[in-house]
Amino acid sequence: MAKTHISTSINGEPVEFLADPGSSLLDVLRNTLGLTGTKEGCGTGDCGACSVTVDGRLVCSCLVLAVEAEGHEIGTIEGMAQGETLHPLQRKFLEMAALQCGICTPGVLISARALLEKNPNPTETEVRFGLAGNLCRCTGYDKIVRAVLETAAEMRETV
Amino acid sequence: MTDIRYLAPQTLDEAVGAFAAAQGAARILAGGTDLLVQMRAGTVKPGLIVDIKKIAEMTEIAEAPDGGFRIGAAVPGATLAEHRGFGKAWPGVLEAINLIGSKQVQGRASPGGNLCNGSPAGDSVPAMIAANAMVTVQGPEGRRTMPVEAVPAGPGRTNLKPGEIVVSFTLPPRAPGSSDAYLRMIPRTEMDIAVVGLGVSLTLQGGVVTAARVGLGAVAPTVLLVEDAAKALVGSRLDDAALEAAAAACRAACNPINDKRGTIAYRTKVAGVLLKRTVAIAAARAGGN
Repeated sequence: MAKTHISTSINGEPVEFLADPGSSLLDVLRNTLGLTGTKEGCGTGDCGACSVTVDGRLVCSCLVLAVEAEGHEIGTIEGMAQGETLHPLQRKFLEMAALQCGICTPGVLISARALLEKNPNPTETEVRFGLAGNLCRCTGYDKIVRAVLETAAEMRETV
Repeated sequence: MTDIRYLAPQTLDEAVGAFAAAQGAARILAGGTDLLVQMRAGTVKPGLIVDIKKIAEMTEIAEAPDGGFRIGAAVPGATLAEHRGFGKAWPGVLEAINLIGSKQVQGRASPGGNLCNGSPAGDSVPAMIAANAMVTVQGPEGRRTMPVEAVPAGPGRTNLKPGEIVVSFTLPPRAPGSSDAYLRMIPRTEMDIAVVGLGVSLTLQGGVVTAARVGLGAVAPTVLLVEDAAKALVGSRLDDAALEAAAAACRAACNPINDKRGTIAYRTKVAGVLLKRTVAIAAARAGGN
């Protein structure tokens, strides 16, 4: 099968890859590029485990074709920490134990970051709606929601 | 997996040419939130995918000098929500589009895709019908325009001709005292498929309804324009008798399926309830104009 050559940017770095036209961005991230931080849950856009950003816009990478990445800027969980320094959301999730098995966590973090970039001072309801596309079967969500609210408060103080 | 070709043309003519030449083996890709799920499930095996998002007209939101709007078929819900003027003119259309899926889905899903997917329960469709939106399509024989309610033909089917692509939605300018609203019934808080969906657009002058349109979804093989409900509202002051007559017209229009999410009796009753609730919201918004 003819593969298509794609030039894109992932977490600020230029990246080139070959992709089958029918492959999802998720497949290429995990299987071609080895960026396995992005998880596959349902593969149908329901669970949010595969959340990434495309030009800053939150999407499910299982519902994006890899060839659509051409010329766009992809953001994945691997780009969230700066070297050894965790993003405030990552640090707060650890401090407040806002994860258990961890499969949903990369997607939750990407969604939470997208939410706080648009709304630095969300209400609890806004956090719950903002993260409604990220399913977690372990935590019951309360610790996640509290960690996002705490992070938002901390980030507002430090700005 | 069979060979799939991918094209992302810059012009509509190129897209229409490739789509028509593939003779039914091609699929249009806008947000992909239905198409990629269907491909994964194996229910759709396209030989060619035509990505329309590089065509400027498909992704534009244009406000006309007269206050009308033209929305490209591939504009995602999240982009429409961030537009300064659209949600003020058409809050009901916007809330209907923004009810489709999660934030992730909103980043991609478009009103054009929602219409072409042909689901009787598509949330944006009743609101677009209530808004009197017109659809511009382009095919091998050129352009044509039709009302949104003329597009659905049945579950998963449309009245588009072979090779035709939905290009944009045109919403008319708003008279003073106009607004709209959309409500859907689902058994949970968020992220479900409508059991009943209902859009209302109203114009009020001095408390009297001078124009009304009602779109009703998920209760028949296609989304419906309920003209009898609109007639019951026009000329009234939205008194109980007029509202009950409009609700009865909505119930009479129902021809729903019986399934795990709602029985025929339940969906029919809820259609009338939603009419009253949606009218109340649209009227309050119109009064605030």
